[in-house]
Amino acid sequence: MEQKKKSSYISARESRKITRFNRKVTRKLEAQRADANKDPKLYTTKMKDENNVVEFDNMCTYFFTDVGTVRAVDGVSFEVPKHSTVGVVGESGCGKSVTSLSLMQLLQRPSGQVVGGEIRFNKGDGTAYNIVNTPNSVMEDIRGNEISMIFQEPMTSLNPVFRIGDQVDEVLFLHHPDWTKEQVKARTLEMLEMVGIANKEGVYKMYPHELSGGMRQRIVIAIALACSPTLIIADEPTTALDVTIQAQILDLLQNLKEKVNSSIMLITHDLGVVAGMADYVVVMYAGRVIEKGTASDIYHHPSHPYTIGLMKSKPVVGHKSDTLYNIPGNVPNPVNMPNYCYFRDRCEMRCEQCNGDYPPAIKINDTHVVSCYRYIDKGEVLGYPKAVNVEEL
Amino acid sequence: MEEVKVYDEYTSSIFDGAENDPDNLVVVKNLKKYFPIKSSFFKITVGNVKAVDDVSFKIKRGTTMGLVGESGCGKSTIGRTLLRLIEKTDGQVFIGGKDIFALSKNDLRKERPNIQIIFQDPYASLSPRLPIGEIIGEAVREHGIVPPEEFDDYISRVMEACGLPDYYKPRYPHEFSGGQRQRICIARALALNPDFIVCDEPVSALDVSIQAQIINLLRDLQKQFGLTYLFISHDLSVVEYISDTVGVMYLGNMVEFAPTEKIYANPKHPYTEALFSAIPYPDPDYKVNRIILEGSIPSPANPPSGCKFHTRCRKCMEVCKYIQPDFKELEPEHFCACHLFNTPERQKELDELVAKMKAEEGEKGSTEKQKGNK
Repeated sequence: MEQKKKSSYISARESRKITRFNRKVTRKLEAQRADANKDPKLYTTKMKDENNVVEFDNMCTYFFTDVGTVRAVDGVSFEVPKHSTVGVVGESGCGKSVTSLSLMQLLQRPSGQVVGGEIRFNKGDGTAYNIVNTPNSVMEDIRGNEISMIFQEPMTSLNPVFRIGDQVDEVLFLHHPDWTKEQVKARTLEMLEMVGIANKEGVYKMYPHELSGGMRQRIVIAIALACSPTLIIADEPTTALDVTIQAQILDLLQNLKEKVNSSIMLITHDLGVVAGMADYVVVMYAGRVIEKGTASDIYHHPSHPYTIGLMKSKPVVGHKSDTLYNIPGNVPNPVNMPNYCYFRDRCEMRCEQCNGDYPPAIKINDTHVVSCYRYIDKGEVLGYPKAVNVEEL
Repeated sequence: MEEVKVYDEYTSSIFDGAENDPDNLVVVKNLKKYFPIKSSFFKITVGNVKAVDDVSFKIKRGTTMGLVGESGCGKSTIGRTLLRLIEKTDGQVFIGGKDIFALSKNDLRKERPNIQIIFQDPYASLSPRLPIGEIIGEAVREHGIVPPEEFDDYISRVMEACGLPDYYKPRYPHEFSGGQRQRICIARALALNPDFIVCDEPVSALDVSIQAQIINLLRDLQKQFGLTYLFISHDLSVVEYISDTVGVMYLGNMVEFAPTEKIYANPKHPYTEALFSAIPYPDPDYKVNRIILEGSIPSPANPPSGCKFHTRCRKCMEVCKYIQPDFKELEPEHFCACHLFNTPERQKELDELVAKMKAEEGEKGSTEKQKGNK
């Protein structure tokens, strides 16, 4: 019974304390957001590098829940360069979806809050939005128009009571209020053709239930691309689909990216999918980026023990081995993360230093960055991920 | 259109007598499972969903057979029919030499501990109101596998074999993570000391690092207890890793069945070829000629005539549109159902038949036209 107490037991008193604290913090953060409405200066910044579409800079997204503060994303920094595909890889619960939701400001507020850091989104005219402070009225213009998202389940992301045509039209009507009905319909049909739907006039009048999973995902892609966004976030776009359909959809995404001239942020847990698509890969573990670099950096020279383990634990066709490598243990509890390296307890290469603070990001070549003490002497230390002390808020 | 049944001896004779060989633990012959479609008011059967249509295969004792295919192709239906969780429409299933569908209710109950299943979703397949010890032990007590005084000890041993410490016994499923729950499901199946376990997508709901743990566990248990698995999955790399033989299904039909090395190195059927070329490979420099199948899987309620794959096949011929290919042995142990591999004599016969059918169809078409004109 003692073990049970340690893991999840909260007394009534503690529970009350947590609730009171959450109420205080979220109120304060909401008030700060409301202030930003008045002055555009508060949410305009400059990009570090004009060639990036999005820069995440030490972003922290916390959830203030009844069992304590969950640090879903804790000091994540990476960039999405123009016209490229960035793959974000990690297991479930590592914060990859929360990262994308923070960028779209689709977090479940007030319990989910971006508490620190910046997300800079390139406006294209030398300035940038800081998405963290951007008020909703401005976000409405960005969402769907400049950043759009393809969700995991094509079955649930389409509205079952509206026709396909109406659902694609809606995006265009919202972002191009000056267009006529005919213009919008023409664009919709063009989009449907672009995503490879042969019978476009027919599909325009159909309801989602009349289409198969692969077709529905094509519609979702058509909706996402309708306004030619500069960034497409694809959140596990093929997980719910079969292998053959998956190949179709990935092929389509790759072709469309070139046609529409946008960047893709591809979120997935399948290393194979990322390998075929991405130029850059970001590996996340327990809310932090543990390794990032170009696809060949990550696949040919995986450096973090977790990445190495992940690569080895997936059977590969044509490479027969006797036993599959498995990473021992489980992901740590996100409510009370340790203050040493999150992967230490599962790591087979740990050393003395690992007992110290969380390892800094270390640049081991021009494009390859890894957070592991094994490389501390082999590269330039870029700095530690900054967590936000919740008590100070 | 009425189904054309040609040359019954080509389809029915493949595994005849295989059930008498004690080496073959599972033999499935011409298994069919149709789900009727009822009209809404009078409950008259208006059609059939042919979930499993004439499937034959065998599994040797102590080996694993992988069953792959797209969703809706009937993989899970096969798994469930083998266990007689749903009744067959036609065909025979022999497990350990006994015809499962010929058993009486009592005999079937006695046979049940030998055949177990691990379900896909570990979150849905455990009762939330029973502690782990009871979930694993319920069937053991029910079937009297061990005397009551050894019961506790036995459950602990089973849990240990699956990597679960025995102090987990009083806990409830909601306290465990996905990987742990799948271990519990495996322990539950294993506790009855089965010969044969149907694993219905046991790892698809799990993360990559946890998947590896479960796959290793399944393999270790197989070595330890000499288990036989039917491993249903849509993840082709996992299937290649764990199975000795692989069956590929398309729309209720088995299109290819062969030992793993053979089928992965040299896939015969165009569908298998396309399926295997679509496997994502974790290497950015690896470029394959991906065969991209156009369209999606047709509805099993209204499948295409002839070879069911002909609507998406790259190598479709005239004969494919009319006649279903025979499932036959091309090389020893390598079975495939495709017209590409017909012998010249057989091809000639079929060509004649096709010509005849075309003529008939033409007649029908013209008479209909005439009727329309009148």
